[in-house]
Amino acid sequence: MHKIESNNVNFYYGENHALRDISLSMKENTVTALIGPSGCGKSTYLRLLNRMNDLIDGTKMTGSIVIDGADIYEKNTNVDNLRKNVGMVFQKPNPFPKTIFENVAYGLRVNGITDKNEIEERVVTTIEQVALWDEVKDKLKKSAFELSGGQQQRLCIARALAIKPSILLMDEPTSALDPISTSKIEELIYELKNKYTIVIVTHNMQQAGRVSDTTAFFYMGELIEYDKTKTIFTKPAIKQTEDYITGRFG
Amino acid sequence: MSIENNLAKKKRRSQKIAFGLFTATSYAIVALLFVILAFIVTKGIGVISWEFISAMPKNGMTEGGIFPAIVGTLCLVLASMVFAFPIGVLAAIYMNEYVKDGWPKKIIKQMTNNLAGVPSIVFGLFGMSLFVNKLEFGDSILAGGLTLGLLVLPVIIRTTEESLKAVDDTFRQASFGLGASKWETTSKIVFPIAFPNIVTGLILSVGRVSGETAPILFTVAAYFLPKLPTSIFDQAMALPYHLYVIATSGTDIEKSRAMAYGTALILIIIVLISNLLANALRKYYGKKVKMN
Amino acid sequence: MGTHSACLPDVILLKIKNTLLKTNFKQIKEKVIESILMLSSAATSITVVLIVFFLFIEGAGVFTKKPIDKGFLLAVNESNPVGKLEPSQIKDIFDQKIINWSELGGKDEPIVLFRTGDITDYYTEEELGENFVNFPDKINELIAKTPGIIAFFSDKYVNKEFKGKEVDINKISVYKFLSGEEWFPTAEPVAQMGVKPLIYGTLWVSLGAILLALPIALAAAIYLSEIAKKRTRNLLKPLIELLAGIPSVVYGFFGLVVIVPLIQSVFNLPVGETALAGSVVLAIMALPTIITISEDAMRNTPRAMKEASLALGASHWQTIYKVVIPYSASGITAGAILGIGRAIGETMAVLMVTGNAAVIPHSFLAPIRTIPATIAAELGEAPNGGLHYEALFALGCILFIITFGINMLVELVTNRNSHKKH
Repeated sequence: MHKIESNNVNFYYGENHALRDISLSMKENTVTALIGPSGCGKSTYLRLLNRMNDLIDGTKMTGSIVIDGADIYEKNTNVDNLRKNVGMVFQKPNPFPKTIFENVAYGLRVNGITDKNEIEERVVTTIEQVALWDEVKDKLKKSAFELSGGQQQRLCIARALAIKPSILLMDEPTSALDPISTSKIEELIYELKNKYTIVIVTHNMQQAGRVSDTTAFFYMGELIEYDKTKTIFTKPAIKQTEDYITGRFG
Repeated sequence: MSIENNLAKKKRRSQKIAFGLFTATSYAIVALLFVILAFIVTKGIGVISWEFISAMPKNGMTEGGIFPAIVGTLCLVLASMVFAFPIGVLAAIYMNEYVKDGWPKKIIKQMTNNLAGVPSIVFGLFGMSLFVNKLEFGDSILAGGLTLGLLVLPVIIRTTEESLKAVDDTFRQASFGLGASKWETTSKIVFPIAFPNIVTGLILSVGRVSGETAPILFTVAAYFLPKLPTSIFDQAMALPYHLYVIATSGTDIEKSRAMAYGTALILIIIVLISNLLANALRKYYGKKVKMN
Repeated sequence: MGTHSACLPDVILLKIKNTLLKTNFKQIKEKVIESILMLSSAATSITVVLIVFFLFIEGAGVFTKKPIDKGFLLAVNESNPVGKLEPSQIKDIFDQKIINWSELGGKDEPIVLFRTGDITDYYTEEELGENFVNFPDKINELIAKTPGIIAFFSDKYVNKEFKGKEVDINKISVYKFLSGEEWFPTAEPVAQMGVKPLIYGTLWVSLGAILLALPIALAAAIYLSEIAKKRTRNLLKPLIELLAGIPSVVYGFFGLVVIVPLIQSVFNLPVGETALAGSVVLAIMALPTIITISEDAMRNTPRAMKEASLALGASHWQTIYKVVIPYSASGITAGAILGIGRAIGETMAVLMVTGNAAVIPHSFLAPIRTIPATIAAELGEAPNGGLHYEALFALGCILFIITFGINMLVELVTNRNSHKKH
């Protein structure tokens, strides 16, 4: 069974038909890269997976997205629980203006965990999980803004992981970072694959090649090609994909 | 060739004249500001002393101090803010974080704009009719504070809305992404980030409230009351009204002129401090947010 | 699922129940908070509605009452055919501008004025008795024997044998209120409530202020948005905005001690408190509003548009007046209208420098009086619920309607602008 299954998904921003008939499934514990030129709909699709687009006025969605066997756009879906299960990391590192500790603890607190020991334990494990512990263990009570960009982004990943999601969405997580920080995040993604299903939007072809198992190429709101990353990058079936990957457009 | 040259010369000359004029005008406006400030400062600085700010008025308000007016204005600022600040902030949160685009939002926006455009003397009439007469608060700090509070409500709503709007949307998304509810996101993430800017708005409205005269004329202000208010149902003196009174209708206008300069200076100082404070705060936190 | 849960141990059931309760509680809390927020956001709308309600309720009173002090009446001889008079006619009678009843459609009979104090012209103190006990009889007698009389006196002197005829005074109509040229709300025997001089005064001062402020504000806006370097701009703008923060009573005071004497000596006038003084002070106060709004509009001119003009060889100045100003015209208009609105509603500064003479203005160098200044100056002395009090609220209504209209106009102008951009 697939972890995530979308069937004939259409999405509209008002009059604008942003996604056309997307059907796409992802296996558990894999990394899927969504690539394509700006405005192709890849980010929009990503944000459908945790219903983040609900926050925008005047949008409409048809088709179905099934996670763990349940349609997340069903009427009685608990969106809070969905989002708990589907963590998200954003383009720019956006730690909350709180301490490093409180950033990670935030998700636990809003989900009703009050036990101090439990919170502390989970914060520590999660920070270790993103390989940030050695760098921040002495300044957990300091503001998260004191960290470097790359550290901030790893903190944001920790923040998402603290509430134990099974899926992690990443929207161009390294586009604002320097090469060293980027490679650290990529290593992290590789590690996390064992426990999570990861969907990552990226502009960086090499990154898609390095971290993902499967790759989906979006163009003008349509899913052009979806296959194993290796296949997409070595012998794509469709000319448009090849053109994009080799940098002829986009 | 020479015609073209002439034209270019003409063009350059007219630009020079025009720009010179605009530059001069702008500096003239700033100069005017300094003239007003300098005038009041030089005339008023000699009056200001410990006695002036801590004593009761004496001899038909031609001598003594303005202590009760300072206290009265403080009370009014406090009363109006206690009332208007929470309501304004909550309203702005609703407008920016909760309500979707549509006609209810448009109506509320329009009404807020309309309220902002109501002349201050009309607030005075309204406050007198509703708070003083109908609700029988009488001329009191309560009536005046409520009237002033309604007056600054649109200001507070607007600045708060702007502060909330300036909060990057990904903060909200990240919080929602962790399963936080709307109120949790708003109260724990968005509001703290916007808070410094909201406070800036609050400080500016304090400046505004302390200088308003027309709304308090008939709702609280006492012509001469040489004692301090003891409850919100008391009348009180207030700085702007005091200035008006001693400048135009005191017992001896010439003799009380010095007191008037001093009072005007105190008012100016309040406005200057609140503006400087607001600007400094904006700059300080502006830097901090830019960092990431 | 349902059958399974029946077999679950109680502890787990309880836990499930607790979580359910918790989520429920959380949802309820969210709903309650949202309602509180919604209520708060309704505060401004409620206030506007309340302002309209109270203003108009109180203001309407002026049109429902006779404009004569409570407890007083006007009476004429029984045989006088004139039974109903306009307030303005009564004033003319007592000002002796109308001296014969025939001018009012009555008999050819000279008008004899009588006020309470005139009684001693007709009767000696002995005849009136101690403490004027005979006053009612004597006044009755006097009215009965003088065919041309019109008497103004307290109704406590009307006794059972009273044979005079009470004059019916027309109520003030909305039209008469707006078009009346005299504002004497405390005049005896009847109040004169014509607001034309006040409306004119308000418009004169405000328009004068805009005429003074607009060119200056435009020049400054052009400088700030197009010419000034960023650093200069960042320095000047807060200073200009500081002008907006100075309380109006301080402006009024400054006007009173500086501008008023200046105008008096420059134009060699008997008094310096003039419409011009009001306009100058209001112009200074309106500057920041107009500058800020026009400057914003100018800065919104698309860079590409400006560059296209420059690329065609237009000078910077040509680009400004041929591209930037036309493009930002509606923004500038909005700023100017808003400036007028502010000026019309301004109270204290105007009150302190314009001299407050309620006459239809004929010159900028003469005293005038505005609507807000009238309210501020007179409300304190007008007894609650009386005619004068209500008339001042009616003035408030006029002010509210004017400023409301101006706000709508601004909205219209700026909306048209935003449509253009799309």
